[in-house]
Amino acid sequence: MTVGVATIIGYALRESVRRRVFLVVLVLTLGFLALYGVGAYFAFRGVENFVPPDENVLDPTEFTGATLFGLAMFAILFLGSVVAIFLTLGVVRGDAEAGLLQPIVVRPIGRRTILIARLAAAAAVAAGYVVVVYLLALAITAAVGGWVPDHVVGPALGLALGVTTIAAISLLASVFMSATAQGIAVFMVFGTGLIAGLLSEIGRALDSDPLHTIARVATWLLPFDALYQAGLHALISDTSGLTGVVLQLGPFGGSEGAGPLLVLWAVAYVIIFVGGAALAFSRRDL
Amino acid sequence: MAIVARDVRKLYGDDTAALRGVSLEVGDAELVGLLGPNGAGKSTLTKIACGLVRPTSGGVEVGGHPAGSREARSNLGYLAELFRFPGWMKADELLVLHQRLAGSDGGSGERVELLELVGLADATATPVEEMSKGMQQRLGIAQALVGGPRVLLLDEPTSALDPVGRGIVRTLLAELRSRGHSVLLNSHLLSEVERVCDRVAILDDGRLVTDGRPEDLAKPRGVEVDVDGGTRLYEGATREDVPRIVAELVAAGERVYGARILASTLEETYLEAVQGRTG
Repeated sequence: MTVGVATIIGYALRESVRRRVFLVVLVLTLGFLALYGVGAYFAFRGVENFVPPDENVLDPTEFTGATLFGLAMFAILFLGSVVAIFLTLGVVRGDAEAGLLQPIVVRPIGRRTILIARLAAAAAVAAGYVVVVYLLALAITAAVGGWVPDHVVGPALGLALGVTTIAAISLLASVFMSATAQGIAVFMVFGTGLIAGLLSEIGRALDSDPLHTIARVATWLLPFDALYQAGLHALISDTSGLTGVVLQLGPFGGSEGAGPLLVLWAVAYVIIFVGGAALAFSRRDL
Repeated sequence: MAIVARDVRKLYGDDTAALRGVSLEVGDAELVGLLGPNGAGKSTLTKIACGLVRPTSGGVEVGGHPAGSREARSNLGYLAELFRFPGWMKADELLVLHQRLAGSDGGSGERVELLELVGLADATATPVEEMSKGMQQRLGIAQALVGGPRVLLLDEPTSALDPVGRGIVRTLLAELRSRGHSVLLNSHLLSEVERVCDRVAILDDGRLVTDGRPEDLAKPRGVEVDVDGGTRLYEGATREDVPRIVAELVAAGERVYGARILASTLEETYLEAVQGRTG
């Protein structure tokens, strides 16, 4: 099974290289990091002459760095999701309709191994990608503005696990949908998860229990947004005073701490989705 | 037995029957041709045998193992009617991929031999996207042969081949049979099937309507005798009637130049079996 998994992972990655998925992602990433670097430079220069009434209460560098990096995390989540979706596009129905899947499925490795390998390839690349871009954005922020988050590892793991859940959702969708429909559907699911996060924020601001409940349920159904929010929260979890309060009014209003239960749920979520995909795939005529 | 299909039925949806209880056996080192109009159920039966499609009822065994099981898949090689290989992959790379998937330890020696067998020895480094459809089909046959499977399931393997390509495949199939491989060959090319297959099975509307050796399926149509006045046809006469017919003609003062036994072709047998239907 190990040889089979390694073979399919290698095949999937080479297929992605040949389809120029990585080239597109690399260009997009370089563009994002360049723009982020320029934006961060001017943002930090813009606040360097700002003198707050009391530096112990509001730290402009802290505020600027955290705000910029929080926005960067959103962009990284989006780009990582694009990678996860592209790497799982057409894995089952799309490739079966193209006649690519049948010669592989009839081999002894079996359908379940194929799915696990394809998820492993997508998750490893997408998770590795978000961690690398996260660290690069962090380095840029530190170099340009001298700011580093309160916690470095937690937010990176949140992003990595978030894109892994998206890969699992996309893999399940690939069993039932053609490649184009799958891509559209998973991006819509991704958008729904983000809207759930916004609803949660609005619910908190309005102190609306129904909105908050809806958002909470949606968050559990689509945990990638909760993982992103937990990552955001970890960035500034030790920031106190007015800076912490003001940050909560910005993009960090959508942040919410999460315990180990969320991580466990996300892992279980991936297992459930891949198990569902394997079950559906095993029953599918090709 | 290499393949045993027992009362295989397949329904697509609630009322579209692709197979209505087909039983068929393919023996060891036997080459069986599967004929039938479009929609007769040939591809469905082949796909069930290699585990791509699940039967609604009945079952197929490959090499004594249930179709679709790991053991059955280890025993077979398959070329689909509608297949595609990644365009960027070179012929040798594709075979390496399938060697790994099949657990073959044949190495480069096996790859070279297979490419030579299908007439692609010079195309080792050619990407699939630069190959003609015929070359891709021959590469597909080489791919199916990776790991030396006991059973080969070939669905229209010569549909895109020119006469030379078909000749290569014909020779290859005979070679495989001599090596002990069993082959189930789906084809619309009756002449191909007639020339290479040990046995022919004809499916129509999801049912097996005829099964037998090509020479047994051919029905006697009479005897033709060349005499001074031209050719005389004795309808219904068989090989056993020839000495009597010739003796009677000679006794009647006719000069006999030749006698031929006429039998129906596989095409005629096929048309009769499917009653002229087309899919």
